[in-house]
Amino acid sequence: MCPDTAVPPSSDQTQSSSSESTPATGEGRTVLGAGDISRALRRIAHEILEANKGADGLVLLGIPSRGVPLARRLAAIIAEVEGSAIPVGSLDITMYRDDLRRQPTRAPMPTEIPDSGVDGKVVVLVDDVLYSGRTVRAALDALADHGRPAAVRLAVLVDRGHRELPIRADHVGKNLPTSQSETVRVRLADFDDADSVTITGGVR
Amino acid sequence: MSALLITGARPLGGDAVDVLVRDGVVAEIGSGLDAPSDVERLAADGLTLLPGFVDLHTHLREPGREDAETIATGSAAAAAGGFTAVLAMANTSPVTDTAEAAERVLDLGRAAGLVDVQPVGAVTKALAGEELAELALMHRSRARVSVFSDDGRCVHDARVMRRALEYVRAFGGVVSQHSQDPTLAGSAACCHEGELSGRLGLPGWPAVAESSIIARDAQLARHTGSRVHVAHVSTAEGVEVVRWAKSAGIHLTAEVTPHHLLLTQDRLSGYDPTFKVNPPLRPREDVEVLRAALADGTIDAVATDHAPHARHDKEHAFVDAAFGMLGLETAFAVVHDTMVRSGALDLAGLADRMSLAPARIAGLSDHGRAIEVGAPANLVLVDTDGGHTVDAAASKSLSRNNPWHGMSFTGAVHTTILRGRVTASPEESA
Amino acid sequence: MPRHLLSMSDLDAAAIRTILDTATQMHEVQHREVKKIPTLRGRTIINLFFEDSTRTRSSFEIAGKWMSADTINITGKGSATSKGESLRDTVRTIDAMGVDAFVIRHGASGACHQVAGWVDAHVINAGDGTHEHPTQALLDAYTMERRLGSLEGRHVAIVGDLTHSRVLRSNLISLRRLGAAVTLVAPPTLMPSGITSWAHRDGFTVGHDLDAVLGGEGARPVDALMMLRVQKERMSGGYFPTAREYTVGYGLTRDRLARLTDLNPEIVICHPGPMNRGLEISADAADAAQSLVLDQVSAGVAVRMSVLYHLLAGADGGADAAARVPRSAWAGSAA
Repeated sequence: MCPDTAVPPSSDQTQSSSSESTPATGEGRTVLGAGDISRALRRIAHEILEANKGADGLVLLGIPSRGVPLARRLAAIIAEVEGSAIPVGSLDITMYRDDLRRQPTRAPMPTEIPDSGVDGKVVVLVDDVLYSGRTVRAALDALADHGRPAAVRLAVLVDRGHRELPIRADHVGKNLPTSQSETVRVRLADFDDADSVTITGGVR
Repeated sequence: MSALLITGARPLGGDAVDVLVRDGVVAEIGSGLDAPSDVERLAADGLTLLPGFVDLHTHLREPGREDAETIATGSAAAAAGGFTAVLAMANTSPVTDTAEAAERVLDLGRAAGLVDVQPVGAVTKALAGEELAELALMHRSRARVSVFSDDGRCVHDARVMRRALEYVRAFGGVVSQHSQDPTLAGSAACCHEGELSGRLGLPGWPAVAESSIIARDAQLARHTGSRVHVAHVSTAEGVEVVRWAKSAGIHLTAEVTPHHLLLTQDRLSGYDPTFKVNPPLRPREDVEVLRAALADGTIDAVATDHAPHARHDKEHAFVDAAFGMLGLETAFAVVHDTMVRSGALDLAGLADRMSLAPARIAGLSDHGRAIEVGAPANLVLVDTDGGHTVDAAASKSLSRNNPWHGMSFTGAVHTTILRGRVTASPEESA
Repeated sequence: MPRHLLSMSDLDAAAIRTILDTATQMHEVQHREVKKIPTLRGRTIINLFFEDSTRTRSSFEIAGKWMSADTINITGKGSATSKGESLRDTVRTIDAMGVDAFVIRHGASGACHQVAGWVDAHVINAGDGTHEHPTQALLDAYTMERRLGSLEGRHVAIVGDLTHSRVLRSNLISLRRLGAAVTLVAPPTLMPSGITSWAHRDGFTVGHDLDAVLGGEGARPVDALMMLRVQKERMSGGYFPTAREYTVGYGLTRDRLARLTDLNPEIVICHPGPMNRGLEISADAADAAQSLVLDQVSAGVAVRMSVLYHLLAGADGGADAAARVPRSAWAGSAA
């Protein structure tokens, strides 16, 4: 199943102005271009390796939908740097959301835990936008049902602030100060035409 | 000494006349009739005057299920529906299978005083289908029972049916048969057998379970020289056999219910037990055949099969819920819309099917008479433009298993008169 | 998604697809060490079974429990009669306690439709009389698709006591909506009423000769064979003369299985259970590599989790306590 036309439930869950509520107009202020995204990922990959002192025990889990290709790209960069592949998979959080009852039901997406499992590993959760922190909270719950990692880290392409839970990212592509009335939209070539991060709406 | 002057009414839809009723009998008919000022007057301009309706097939539930209907409440519903006489079916508790039971029904009807309640006697003891009930004693009683029926159940045993027919011939009785071969349509059968019953997974009630019994009974009536009446014929196949029997000179009459003239089996698709009735609602094609047969006289009469049920007897799963629906108050509206407005019958034809023919079949000499001087004043005024929407909550019946709720009709009963006395009027029901 | 799942006709092709896709995700939970997700925490599901069914009831119960719902089993034994409590009273009494969903098995066709009109909670049909059993059809489709891939353009033959089968009625709808061709095979006495016009309207075919359907000249190759249970009691009802005669005509015997697998080694065999081994299906066929019988049981939990999720988890998934108040006054339903 690859419902790439579905609304990605990966972004933060607050009802207003999350990235998922914006139609793909292509308009808005571009804050990261394809090259910026590529450089940000490369930097994050190096940060991950540095923090982990190498690739040993690393498992990358993307949060669907856009976290999944980001995790794969990070894994590819790490493999290129280290010369060996690292386990990468996906972790769907739909069943763990705290706002299930506030929205129409959405179809869950695949969870694919690498065969090596997560027990005793350093799991890096990967998502596109960090906002309220509720998605990450759900992801931590979901992860716990799959095992007991030695450590869990968080890597995001964009941190737009406005946290509602005591959660912070270990690796950030770009800190992007926004107002809550603005919408951050991440496009990735895997789903969209090309890589970009744009901001639309809000009072300027 | 009582008198009633009806002014401006149109007998059978004809020219307007005045009708003076004195002592329960039509005393004078003419235009510009004069009467002393103390005579009660009923302005009936624009209304149609018909002989009071006679229902060959009513379930009044008393004795036994007075929570669903009593003879008094059923009589009120009948009067509101324009009826001046109803035949009360025998499947009460206890069953009307003795003279005493029949007289009790008769007396309760008289006490209510709204319609003539004529008891129907059971054919067999306790409706068990095995031994004949006391048919002659019921006939010799004050109730003068001459229609016998195990309605709700078929007199299935051919030998028992034969004896019943032979026996009642001696005093001019008639057996009204609930034509349902129980081996082809058992007690669970509740949906016309066909694609719909297949899809809904409901036990099927095939047309042949009706037509085969009608055919057998017709042969038995011929063999015994007796009279048989077919209750609630519901299928084209049943009509075909009735038509054949009549053409063969067999003494066979038949009735159809208002619901089989209008409602179709599609109503069952929501599993609403309000529409559960026996025999079941049939496909549109059968409805068309029934209407044509009523129009051409193959079917003699309309009979309501008014079957009130307490709410909790209907609120079961469809196959477990009780059979039956209300019909007395809406019968005229349904027959008027389906038969008269469609042009299949005129008002005289409606009067025949709802009054004259049923009175003749039941042997009720005071009812179903032409509107003429000297006839008992059992009359009904109807408004053929009385458009209205049925409200189940407004029913005189104690029960609410009313399939007509929310349906709109163009004709309405206005006033009912039993032997010169008004038994139902718009003021009263308002 | 519809509010209730009363019939497969409540689900269009897209909804069926969504439920089957989600079932794939739910299947993953089934293979975890800790089989628990918080999705339906705080929801109460009543399994109201008026008929015995170990398989379906336990499957729904496990599905609910793995999703953290509170599931309570109530057996409403004994058929309703005019003297017993009415079905409406029974379900409204439970509904008034504030439950979120009823999973109902009832011996009477349409019982779930009726209950849906009486209660605030969601109603899921777990088999009503000889009408429908939608979650069985969903798990059948799920199981067949896992082995065969998409059912679009596939040919499914359904054989057995069709007239009394709720599994058939639900499968007819779902298989046609998923694009499969369907052929029904049974002696005429075990076909539902009006099957000819029904088949014409809904676009399936009907046959009485199993061997002709399975491998006759010009016959369309069969990809899946669904054997339905035949109750021996039907013999006394005159539906067929003897078990032997039935088996020779319509049973999946060892010989038939051999001929079938020769023609198409990829064929799959389903049976919703419980099986009458030796009557409609031989032991060899039930245990053959082509048999999906145990897969069906296993898929039952995942599919039911998916159904519970789609009906109960979302915005209007719970019974709204505020909306309940006016209706519990028992007023305004004279008609």
